[in-house]
Amino acid sequence: MNDSEMAMHGHGSALMEGSPYAIPSRKLTMWLFLISDAVTFGAILFGYGYLRTASNDWPAPFKFNPSILNVIIMTFVLITSSLTMLGAVASAKAGDKAKANRFLWSTILLGVIFAGLHIREWFALIDEGVRLFQNPWGSPLFGATFFSITGLHLLHVICGVVAIAVISRGFSRGSLTVGHVETTGLYWHFVDLVWMFVVPLVYLLNISR
Amino acid sequence: MTAARKSNVIAKYLPVYFVLLGIAGLEVFLAYQHFSTAALLVILLGLAICGGALAVMYFMHLAQERRSLFLTLIPAVIFVLLMMNVIWPDSFRLLHMRPFAH
Repeated sequence: MNDSEMAMHGHGSALMEGSPYAIPSRKLTMWLFLISDAVTFGAILFGYGYLRTASNDWPAPFKFNPSILNVIIMTFVLITSSLTMLGAVASAKAGDKAKANRFLWSTILLGVIFAGLHIREWFALIDEGVRLFQNPWGSPLFGATFFSITGLHLLHVICGVVAIAVISRGFSRGSLTVGHVETTGLYWHFVDLVWMFVVPLVYLLNISR
Repeated sequence: MTAARKSNVIAKYLPVYFVLLGIAGLEVFLAYQHFSTAALLVILLGLAICGGALAVMYFMHLAQERRSLFLTLIPAVIFVLLMMNVIWPDSFRLLHMRPFAH
């Protein structure tokens, strides 16, 4: 079939190749977005590493109580929310809408708890005098990198909570499918994955001894 | 059978879940040991990569997808992240306020 015939008949199914990855385009799109997001977080963490290495007065302000204790609870909450998201996807695939929705709302609740703990941590640091370009301890860039990295992650969590709420509503009404739940689950696990790198690099390497 | 399967939808993910929690706990424990910053960075980053790999392969089910998806996505990310290591010499130069090399 030449180009003009293709224009006449459109892209018929005989001309369309199957997906080389054997996954729906929605899922592939989410994977590609996550890959680009991973590189974004990677660049920000590398930038943080650059500034930390280049500063000889980088502060180490995180005490076990409250900061590290708070981070331990946040990590537990976020990893548990990944488990409830897995439950939501598995239940949706099994056709159990009610159970899938319960898992989705559990994930939302855990996401809100995580965001609340995160904001509490921010306010505690702000009370101690940390701002974007100043802090009482050392390199003024500490605040810029800390708030940028954790802020971008917090933004992802908040977007994820909103997305899961929308997906849950649509899935229970029948306007959205299992595929939507699964794709949102991919995003949520990615948020969890990023946190696994933020905790050691931003918090645990800056422990107050 | 179906009811039993439905009631255990998350049971098969529990081992990975506990390993991830264990890695997080180990990271905190090691952070309070007396390692140099460079050694601690390598250890914590290694553990984070292990945790991240588990999350990608089992929570995000990449292990169950076609290998072509893995080969398209993961090497590209690793390549880009490795290329970012080009910044470190300049970072160490700044630490000692050395002039640019001629």
